[in-house]
Amino acid sequence: MADHSSARGAPAAKGSAPPRKTSFLNDQRVRGVLYQILTIGAVVAVGWYLVHNTLTNLAARDIATGFGFLDREAGFDISESVIEYSPADTYGRVLLAGLLNTLKVSIIGIVLATLIGTIIGIARLSNNWLVAKLSSVYVEAMRNVPLLLQLFFWYAIIGVALPHPREALEPVEGWFLSNRGFRFPYPVWETGWTLAVIGLVLAAVITWWLNKRAARIQGETGRRPNVLIPGIALFIGLPVILWALGGAPTAIDVPEMAGFNFRGGASVSPEFAALLLGLTLYTAAFIAEIVRGGILSVHYGQTEAAVALGLKRGLVMRLVLLPQALRVIIPPLTSQYLNLTKNSSLAIAIGYPDLVATANTSINQTGQAVEGVAIIMATYLTVSLSISAFMNWYNSYIALRGGRS
Amino acid sequence: MSNGIEPTQTTVEPSVDAPKTPAMGEEVVIRLDNVNKWFGHFHVLKDINLDVRRGERVVVCGPSGSGKSTVIRCINRLEEHQQGDIIVNGVTLTNDVKAIEAIRKDVGMVFQSFNLFPHLTVLENLILGPIWVNKTPRKEAVDTAMYYLERVKIPEQASKYPGQLSGGQQQRVAIARSLCMKPSIMLFDEPTSALDPEMIKEVLDVMVELAQEGMTMICVTHEMGFARSVADTVVFMADGQIVEKNSPKELFANPQEERTRQFLSQIIQH
Ligand SMILES: Nc1ncnc2c1ncn2[C@@H]1O[C@H](COP(=O)(O)OP(=O)(O)O)[C@@H](O)[C@H]1O
Ligand SMILES: [Mg+2]
Repeated sequence: MADHSSARGAPAAKGSAPPRKTSFLNDQRVRGVLYQILTIGAVVAVGWYLVHNTLTNLAARDIATGFGFLDREAGFDISESVIEYSPADTYGRVLLAGLLNTLKVSIIGIVLATLIGTIIGIARLSNNWLVAKLSSVYVEAMRNVPLLLQLFFWYAIIGVALPHPREALEPVEGWFLSNRGFRFPYPVWETGWTLAVIGLVLAAVITWWLNKRAARIQGETGRRPNVLIPGIALFIGLPVILWALGGAPTAIDVPEMAGFNFRGGASVSPEFAALLLGLTLYTAAFIAEIVRGGILSVHYGQTEAAVALGLKRGLVMRLVLLPQALRVIIPPLTSQYLNLTKNSSLAIAIGYPDLVATANTSINQTGQAVEGVAIIMATYLTVSLSISAFMNWYNSYIALRGGRS
Repeated sequence: MSNGIEPTQTTVEPSVDAPKTPAMGEEVVIRLDNVNKWFGHFHVLKDINLDVRRGERVVVCGPSGSGKSTVIRCINRLEEHQQGDIIVNGVTLTNDVKAIEAIRKDVGMVFQSFNLFPHLTVLENLILGPIWVNKTPRKEAVDTAMYYLERVKIPEQASKYPGQLSGGQQQRVAIARSLCMKPSIMLFDEPTSALDPEMIKEVLDVMVELAQEGMTMICVTHEMGFARSVADTVVFMADGQIVEKNSPKELFANPQEERTRQFLSQIIQH
């Protein structure tokens, strides 16, 4: 603060004014600390009141508290699970199965929504009138219809528009589409198949290396070797070779009708399909707008300068526009990822056994509402914070490479 | 002659008093033949005819909104003209993407607002075009880039980002970026208009040097000192038309049209 004791340049006729006494309560720093103490105090008080009240009420109703119920037998079945699960398993395991179902639909949804959203966002900026218009219609339609309604819509489409298993559509032999979901042949698992999967991973690693090498060779000679064709060859060739080396297993579990439903093969349930479709298409519309806004935020002079150098449109997008747009895109994109993950809890409305659905049933059966809700909240918080942390890291990684503008 | 105007009191005189050494060739490298263009209903270019020979240095001036930028932006197809022919290096500009790319490779452009890529360092700005358009090996591209950075006198800024440079430095980087593509023609659209007065000279100096080396140039600029010392031809535009075209000496001393006279007196007075 200003130094009052030295009235610089002022005639000292009446003597300089005495330093004004300021209460220490007027000190900015003191006030800052004070506000923080008050805030913490208020939060603790409210929290204590709630916990105390809850415990008293629970005790009055004879409901045991604690997480002991997690080890008890759940006794209810769920329609699908990534891990082995039977009603004889514990509540802990059914919640884990629910969490994995949530993660499954969220992760696949995030990947697909990002792909579709980016394509639609760029398409909306297209010079082609029809492409741009169609993308706008998509975005407006998806954004303006509540997600829950869309989930019901997709679920109904699958349930009503698709035939019964007996008259299932069979676009390719052994691949069935019916109101019980999608069923397709799946190999009987043997070493050969494991090796084939290893082949796929190897192909990915080698292609990644080829890509790095291509960049290096481009640096040295100016010509970038083609990676696409060797890449495709690797992705097909390596799994096939390893599969053959592993004894070339050919036994395939083909789904077939048995009574009223299919037996064998692998399946995608109508609930999962509807939830994934709904979440993906809905979120993609928002991502499209974010991508479009990001690209538009880059000054038009950037495109002109790049084009004037002779760069083709695709390269302008990839080398000049997208890297700059990404900095604008990433923060709101993170929110969309979080939204998609949290929106996946609408699964309960169409009967997909996600975390909320399984926790809900557990709460109903045990009465442990506080613990159940606490588990849901803690889990979503952990997942959300993980997504945020990853995106923040990615954002700063990009920012580091970009410098300021 | 009596009301001829001597444009001596312009704001900035390039330090190098340029002897117009390399004579321009006979070969016409840019031909605009009855070019017309409309923005919607607005007739922005009206029957533009202009031949530019190899090595010729053309300065285009005229009041704001007269279509100067539009003319030079048509030459590398940043704008599309609707009537007439534009022929660059013997290639007629049509919708043929390959022809447009070939012309853009050979025609450098410098903008009023620099338009450097803010997410890339100065060096990366310079090698982007050579690497991705000309398929130059990176090392060679870097060498070329450093050569041109020396030429524009800021080699020490190579690893900085554009946002860390002054306007004058940014515009010099932008010129170097164009030169790295080894163009045979350079277009300048008011390259000094966005600069503080003390930076104008450093950019003009670079342009003067380029002119002395025989680069074919079309510069939209109001730097009359620059026009007088290096231009072979000055084109005066108004209302989408070429009103008058002559050597700088003739045009400044003896403008034939009333509009030219008015314009020159306006920009030379202050
Ligand atoms: N993209 C555009 N759409 C519509 N009008 C434009 C566009 N670009 C320029 N104009 C108009 O065309 C006229 C000429 O512009 P320009 O060539 O930029 O003039 P100058 O460079 O001589 O100042 C101006 O009246 C301007 O408003
Ligand atoms: Mg202009």
